[in-house]
Amino acid sequence: MKKQMLLGDEALAQGAVDAGCSGVFAYPGTPSTEIMEYVQKCPEAIERNIHRTWASNEKTAVEAAVGMSYTGKRTMSCMKHVGLNVAADPFMNSAFVGANGGHIVTVADDPGMHSSQNEQDSRFYAKFAMIPCLEPSNQQECYDMAFHAYELSEKFHLPVMMRLETRLSHSRSGVERREMLPENELKLPEDRNQFMLLPAFARRKYKHLIAIQPELEAAAENSPFNWVEDGKDKSLGIIACGLAYNYVKEVTTRYKCDYPILKMSQYPLPVGMIKKFMDSCDYILVVEEGQPLVEEMLKGAIPRDNRIKGRLDGTFTRDGEMNPNKVAVALGKEKSTEIIIPDVVAGRPPALCVGCPHIDSYKALNEVLKSFVEDGQRHVFSDIGCYTLGFLPPYNAINTCLDMGASITMAKGASDAGLFPTIAVIGDSTFSHSGMTGLLDCIYDKTNLVIIILDNSTTGMTGGQDYTGFGKLEAICIGLGVEKEHIRVITPLSRHFEENVAIMKEEIEYNGVSVIIPRRECVQTMTRRMRSLKKQEAK
Amino acid sequence: MKQDIILAGVGGQGILTIAAIIGQAAIDNGLNMKQAEVHGMSQRGGDVQSHLRISDMDIHSDLIAEGDCDMILSVEPMEALRYKPYLSVEGWLITNKKPFINIPNYPDMEALENEIRSLPRQVLLDADQIAKDLGNVRAMNIVMLGAASKYLKIPYESFEVALEKVFGRKGAAVVEMNINALAAGKAFSEK
Ligand SMILES: Cc1ncc(C[n+]2csc(CCOP(=O)(O)OP(=O)(O)O)c2C)c(N)n1
Ligand code: SF4
Repeated sequence: MKKQMLLGDEALAQGAVDAGCSGVFAYPGTPSTEIMEYVQKCPEAIERNIHRTWASNEKTAVEAAVGMSYTGKRTMSCMKHVGLNVAADPFMNSAFVGANGGHIVTVADDPGMHSSQNEQDSRFYAKFAMIPCLEPSNQQECYDMAFHAYELSEKFHLPVMMRLETRLSHSRSGVERREMLPENELKLPEDRNQFMLLPAFARRKYKHLIAIQPELEAAAENSPFNWVEDGKDKSLGIIACGLAYNYVKEVTTRYKCDYPILKMSQYPLPVGMIKKFMDSCDYILVVEEGQPLVEEMLKGAIPRDNRIKGRLDGTFTRDGEMNPNKVAVALGKEKSTEIIIPDVVAGRPPALCVGCPHIDSYKALNEVLKSFVEDGQRHVFSDIGCYTLGFLPPYNAINTCLDMGASITMAKGASDAGLFPTIAVIGDSTFSHSGMTGLLDCIYDKTNLVIIILDNSTTGMTGGQDYTGFGKLEAICIGLGVEKEHIRVITPLSRHFEENVAIMKEEIEYNGVSVIIPRRECVQTMTRRMRSLKKQEAK
Repeated sequence: MKQDIILAGVGGQGILTIAAIIGQAAIDNGLNMKQAEVHGMSQRGGDVQSHLRISDMDIHSDLIAEGDCDMILSVEPMEALRYKPYLSVEGWLITNKKPFINIPNYPDMEALENEIRSLPRQVLLDADQIAKDLGNVRAMNIVMLGAASKYLKIPYESFEVALEKVFGRKGAAVVEMNINALAAGKAFSEK
């Protein structure tokens, strides 16, 4: 078969579809977004009409995937690393109820924080939940591992985590496809207790989960994705995990280092394999992308083995992304890894697009706050999305960004403490994701605050996906209990500036929950929509 | 044979199209390739880059190592210099002269040009102007590819074929315009 050029995300998506997946459940988040976007356009997925629409958030996505697994069908849930925090409850418990049809939980980490609010290593979650984790090192493995993951998942009746990182998700390479597998037939669980976590059952399930750990470890020992490459120079052995394997190979090939290499791509840690490897080498270098999971496990709390080098002993930086230069330095082949950019080069941070509706919303908000607080004393709680860029000059419009949905609840806490005026600024997709429950808290407590839901009719930050609450924002707010007359829809355009300022002022002065919805489409989404309209017309 | 290329520019300037065309041409020539892109936050008017690696042998790393890059191909002059630490001693820096100014502290053009000209191997051209003269300023990225083609280890004709594959859906006129843009860029380098 001819190779196809695919991003790591796309290779995994195609792999899952080809392995008979019946439904993908996801909420967008860099670098995982392209998985669902690919499935939505994939001819085979369309032909089979597998489930491929966005979920409200990662928790609902994982739960829906568990439901599909319940019916015996193969499924995949996808998210970025912080999305797994949102989905942590169903994720952890899905290890107890297990899987009926194969369930892949795909989590794309973002070491180096290219587009994220933190750096966390999802392998810890897989270990925490005591389920197998696969960590592909290249695009072909992304594809092949989808098949392998479904086999593992159905063999052990457990969800399997697929861990990707930015550089793999967003890097393209040739991928060879296999014969497509049929979808599973509908086959409901034979054991009526399987998906029931009443404590009496849960206790039994936990014992079972513990009991099968040796089998999961044995599967990792025999995994086609874990192997040892022997080398003559046994003064050092390199344990190269997932993506980091590429950097190791790059450097050892270039500098002709002949160290033994253990490639790790399937967990739980294959302890027997590792022990044998460690016994055969003098020193051990652990190269892993993300946090030092393997290194920490090998060292233990009271290190008895000080032959181990990695992120913990300063051989590598504790934070940040791996790269070939860092590996070359660790192997003593190169000196500094500090990149010195010529002085004339200025930074070019991302910014709100010209014509972005958020700009007009912020201008009005900045103006109205002048009549309530002194310059520099204003505090606005905000959230995650394009509008977070409103923190930067020239807007300086917001003060916080914690996690999706936190604008409303943080503002609530501040209002409860007596802060006035209290403003929360949240995006429409973010509101759908996890703003609604916070709003209900405010209604329950009759909190005095103003919530501004920036309705640009899209999930802008991640490239313009649609979202579940689209077209229903007022209805949702009314349904949750906001008084109709305190739901104010405005048009963020400069010619409405005065009017918008006046409306904001009224709502700040109202003692209770107000919702202001500035509504104007994201200019990028609009351009894309117009282009596809034109294309359709041309047809 | 191996060639490590960093494509540079500002979000929206079309570097991923250049990557797609070089990638297509590489594959048509039976070469291996890996290409790391930037998605997400950095696309919103920020700096973007793509690491493109082609080789007749296995390629391991998706990222090009510092000091290893054979060519920086940039559609914006300041962005070209951002990746200077990656350039190998014998590497080429090929860049568009036309600045994209969306920041208040954009450096002095003369200082930028001096820094670029201080490199032993560089090509500096006003690809915006060349594309404009051809009737479509949006073909600027293809003009840049044409200028780089002389130094790429892939036969020129392969880029023409790749252009047809990538732009074919948009009609013959678009393909032709881009083939002309490619030729104009090439002509500049060969002057
Ligand atoms: C838990 C979690 N999931 C996903 C993301 C990725 N993400 C960041 S902002 C955002 C949504 C932005 O959409 P919206 O709220 O409509 O604001 P816009 O970008 O359109 O201004 C997403 C999906 C994240 N940061 N955290
Ligand atoms: S992508 Fe849309 S929402 Fe985001 S900054 Fe640009 S116009 Fe604004």
